[in-house]
Parts: sequence; C-alpha cells; structure tokens
Amino acid sequence: MRLNRSVREGLTDLLLAGPATAVMVLLIFLPVGIVAVLSFTDYQFGAASFRWVGWDNYRAILADPFGRRALVNTLTYAAITIPASISLGLLVAIGLHGLTRHQPRLAAVLRAVYFLPVAATLVAMAVAWQMILHPTLGLVNQALGAAGLEGPSWLSDRALVIWTLAAIGIWQSVGYNMVLFLAGLAAIPPHLYDAAAVDGADRPWDRFWTVTWPMLGPVTLFVTVVTATSAFRVFETVATLTQGGPAFASDVLVYAIYREGFVYFKAGHASALTMVFFALVLLFTALKFRVLETQVHYR
Amino acid sequence: MIELRNLSRHYGATRVLDGVSLTLEPGRFTALLGPSGCGKSTLLRLVAGLDRPSTGQILFDGRDVAQESPSERNVAMVFQAYALYPHLTVAQNIALPLAMRRLGRLGRSPLGALSPAVRRTRATLARDVRAVAELLEIVPLLARKPAQLSGGQQQRVALARALVRDPSVFLLDEPLSNLDARLRIQMRAELVALHRRTGHTFLYVTHDQAEAMAMAERIAVMLDGRIAQVGSPRALYERPATCDVAGFIGAHPINLIPGPPEGGLPPALASGQPAPERPLVVGLRPEHLTPAADGPVQGRLDRVAFQGDVQVLGLRLEADGTPLRATAPPDWPAPDAGSAVRLGYRPEHLHLFDAAHGTRIANPGEESSCA
Ligand SMILES: Nc1ncnc2c1ncn2[C@@H]1O[C@H](COP(=O)(O)OP(=O)(O)OP(=O)(O)O)[C@@H](O)[C@H]1O
Ligand SMILES: [Mg+2]
Repeated sequence: MRLNRSVREGLTDLLLAGPATAVMVLLIFLPVGIVAVLSFTDYQFGAASFRWVGWDNYRAILADPFGRRALVNTLTYAAITIPASISLGLLVAIGLHGLTRHQPRLAAVLRAVYFLPVAATLVAMAVAWQMILHPTLGLVNQALGAAGLEGPSWLSDRALVIWTLAAIGIWQSVGYNMVLFLAGLAAIPPHLYDAAAVDGADRPWDRFWTVTWPMLGPVTLFVTVVTATSAFRVFETVATLTQGGPAFASDVLVYAIYREGFVYFKAGHASALTMVFFALVLLFTALKFRVLETQVHYR
Repeated sequence: MIELRNLSRHYGATRVLDGVSLTLEPGRFTALLGPSGCGKSTLLRLVAGLDRPSTGQILFDGRDVAQESPSERNVAMVFQAYALYPHLTVAQNIALPLAMRRLGRLGRSPLGALSPAVRRTRATLARDVRAVAELLEIVPLLARKPAQLSGGQQQRVALARALVRDPSVFLLDEPLSNLDARLRIQMRAELVALHRRTGHTFLYVTHDQAEAMAMAERIAVMLDGRIAQVGSPRALYERPATCDVAGFIGAHPINLIPGPPEGGLPPALASGQPAPERPLVVGLRPEHLTPAADGPVQGRLDRVAFQGDVQVLGLRLEADGTPLRATAPPDWPAPDAGSAVRLGYRPEHLHLFDAAHGTRIANPGEESSCA
C-alpha cells in the first residue's frame, strides 16, 4: 500500500526531527519542569520527603537581602559588561578592519592577541588575574604604586569587586565580539561606501551612521544576544576569584544556585533561583528578537 | 565643462589608465565605450573623486578638483549594482543626498523633529523627493525597501537618487547591464529623454556599442586604458580612426582583409580603383557587402543566418579561402551552402588602414567628400 504523499512527507520530517526533539524534551524540558516543581517545595538533596511551600522560596529570594543581592549584582554585572564589550568589540573591529588595508601583518597579529582570552579557559586565566590584582604584590597596584598612587584591593573591596569582575568579563568577551564584527564588516559591499561618498556622507562619522552601523544590524543583534546570555551566566570568575565575597558583594545568580544547591543542598531554594535566572534570560532574548529582528533584516 | 588631462592610474605595476585626455562639454551626452576590463569604471571613479589618478589633472570648469571630495565636486553617480541602502525605504534613499546637504547632524537625527526650521526643511525634502519620483514613475514604490523591488525598479530608484539634486555631472556606470533586453531598450529611450529634459552633462559608461550609438551625442572609444577615438556615432562608424575601433563599432563585426605585402588592395576585392602603394588592411562592413550578379568579389557560401530584417552570410573567398561576412536583404533567395556567390560593394565603403600601425589612411573615395 502506498501512503498519501503528504503523509509520507510528514513521516520523513518526523523521522528527521523526531529523535533530536525527543532527546531535547527528555534532557531539557523535563528537568526544567522538575526544577519548576521543586521550586515550590522545601526539598533537600537526600531527604526522604518534602513539603509544598508555595511561593515561599521566591518570597525568600526577594525578601532576603542576600538573595536580592545576587539578583542586583547579576543585573549590575550585565549592565556593565553588555554595552562595554559590544562597543569595545565594534571599535576594535573597525580599527583592525581599517588597519588590514595598510598593515595586514600587524592586523593579523592584533586579531590573534584580542582573540586569545576567548580561547583560554577562564579558570586558568583566573589564576593570572589573581596575581595581577593582588593588593600588594599584584602588577596593577605595583604599577600604581610606582606612579605614586595607592591602589585599592580590587577583589576584596565591597564597592569595587563587581566592577573588577565586570572588567575581566569584558576583557574576555571583546575578542569574540570583535571576530563577529570583523566578519560583518567584511560583508558590507564596498559600493555602498562609494554611494555614501557621492551622496555627501564621506566623513568617518557620517559613513558610520549611513552605512556601517545599519549594515551591521544582524551581527549586532546576534552579538548582543550572545554577550547578554554569557553575562547573565557569569560564574567562573566569581567561583575562582571571590566565591561571592566579600560578604556577598560579588554574589551572582548562577553562583548562588551552585552554593544553595551543591554546598547547602537546599534544592528547593536553588530551584527557585534557577527559575528566576531562566525567566531573566528568556525575557531578555525574547525582547531582543521581538524588538530588533524586524528592524535589522531589511525586507 | 569637465576636462581630463593626461590621466594615468596604476595599480602596482599594472597600468590601467594610460594618458587619458577627454573633454566633456556642458549639457552633452557622452558615452565612454570599451570592452570589459579596459578601465572605464576606473576612469569614472577618478572623475567622481572616489579614487585619485597616479598622474594627470581633472578640471571642473577650469578648477583643479584634485583636493575635492565627491560631494564637493557635486557629482551624481549611478552604480552598476545600484548601491541602494537596504535599510532605508525608497523615499529615504532618494532623500539622503538632499538631507546630507541641507540638514545638519542634529537635523538628520530623530531629535531634529523638535525644531520648526528642521521640520520645514524636511517638508521641502519630501516635496523634492515626490517630484523626482513622479518624473520616474516610482511614486507607488516610495514606502518600500529596496529588497522588495525588481531590478528595473531599483534602477529607477538609483536614477532618482542621482537626479534629485542639481549635480555638475551625471556619471552612469553600465546602469542598464542588469536589465532584460526589452526593458533595456525602453530605459535607453527614457534616459535620453531625461537628458533632454534636465540638460545635465552625462557621462555614460557602457561596453555595448549599440547602446552607445543609440544614446550618445559623442562617443569616446576606450581600448586598453587609452582613448582610441572621440566622435559622433556617425563619425565613428564612417571614419574609424584605427582597425580596433572599426572592429568595435558596428552591429556586425567588420571584415578586415590584409592586402598583399607589396601594397595595394587585396586582389580578390580589387575592382580597379586606385589604392596607396603600401601594405594595407582593408575594412569592409558586412552591411556594405551584398550579393550582386556582376559583383567583383567571388565567394563560396558557408552558412546563412536569417535575422528578420537581414540575412547574415558567412562566406569564403574563392581565391584564397579568407572568411568573410556579408549581408543580404531578407527576401534574397539564399542558395545552398557551398554554392558560388558574387558580391559587390561601393568603393567609398572601403576603409583602408596602415598594416603596420592600424591607423586609418584616407580612402580615395572619401577625400572628395571630406574636403
Ligand atoms: N584594485 C585593483 N587592483 C588591481 N587591478 C585593478 C583594480 N581595480 C581594477 N583593476 C584592473 O583594472 C582594469 C580595469 O578595470 P575597470 O573596472 O576599470 O574595467 P571596466 O572597463 O570598468 O570593465 P567592465 O566593463 O568589466 O566593468 C582591469 O583589468 C582590472 O583588473
Ligand atoms: Mg566597470
């Protein structure tokens, strides 16, 4: 018996997409569902039973100054790193793109240098940062001392630590953003710049706003989403350099999840934190695509 | 008036333009005609100010423009690939050159809407855009993005963007090469009409001799980075200055037949007229070589191509087998391939070229008319 053509095609589609979808449901949606359920309980790892506590875990996150701290710190960290690493990445990319025409060798070397932090693991790099930022022996404060200034303790000053971590985050992601922007710049048709010059947009500032920035739209959207998600997920630097300290001044969502879940085994609390984190990332991504998608693909 | 004086452009060791001199008279439609890769776009970019000559001068109304940017030269250019801004609507594309000139940075930004002066300027911009859109019949497209337009429509938008201001010269780089044959013919006529209506100076680059002949008042033929000849379409056709120009102009490729080394006409063509006694190459256009019962040329027919208004004949000379092209009226009864055909021509249609340099030698028949 021959099946109807549309049924056959449907079966083929199912066969192709089915297994991956099944695995995804099993490994992502199911655990997320379980986490969502756990976030309404007081479950502890290893405990034999649990109690429904309703919204208590969420209320605790918002009421507890330390819980709020993690949320505010994460948002602060994101608010610093996202714009800074995008604009620096773009700036470096434009510089290197221009340099490639006159000094291709030098541009290639610089490109590799900027990309190095992306290739290196952050945990290993953290050791280096620890030494550089050491209050008395560190390179930074030695240099400041030589210049007659007293350097602060970068990682143990409560007001400063989140900025220090953000700076490391920027250092790490600028190279990645630069590579993406470089690809975007190379894809801009040169005749658009010619047209802009003829139309009167021939100074660098006008060229940038007439051609470069609008033509980079899709790349910028992608870079923003990638940078934002990695900023919200910040963990390695906190775990290796500060453990959330001093006094929770550098506590962030993912580190709090790890601490609550894997150090204190408070699965319910950790699950609620996870859901907050999820909501944040999802909200941000949806907003980005909703608002920007229609504006960057010019059709 | 625009004068190009002895322009050269090298890329490293490759010499793309080699001593180009050309004068564009105000209000004239000049075509720059040449095969692909001869340096036409390079020359156009030099005139526009998008590139600098290695040596030589460009004068706009007697003023050296070496230090001036394209917008200071006030050139308008239509690019081969149109180069519309994909993120702007058609109306915004057309308005951009005006906005760049008439509005400051603040006026172009969204904040500009707060100032009444800027609002007034923007209103006049919109009026100018509308006027040029009406001229080119693209009013219904004004709100679309370039990606939503056909090639022909994009072309009109590119023209509108160039036309919307009052430029010193219009530079068009093969603007019709992406269109289908029918639209191309239509746009040719429209461009010529546009030139008449606006009275601007046009420099029109093309590799299509039929296009140049149909549109231009003057044609500059460019071969290998040099201007080979400048003249009216008729002058280029009737008195090509070199073998190469003769080979490039004309719907059917010209026959170029070498004469005997001791000089004079090739014996197969000789019909008794006098000829200079030096080595020659003789040019004879297919449209001037036609079947004639008592013609002096004896050929053998290879093939016949019927083209509606004309039949193109491929032949070989009976004497030495030299291939020849000829034409016949559409109602000529073509014999079978391999038949002997007699052909005739009028002596004044012979073009004589020096065999060594390819330069034109005055035809005995033409001297009387030229004098
Ligand atoms: N940037 C460059 N570097 C080296 N050579 C170049 C460069 N730009 C152009 N050329 C060479 O200059 C010559 C002329 O180029 P140009 O674009 O002016 O040709 P064209 O007459 O416009 O041809 P077409 O009809 O195909 O557009 C070509 O042989 C090309 O290879
Ligand atoms: Mg070209």
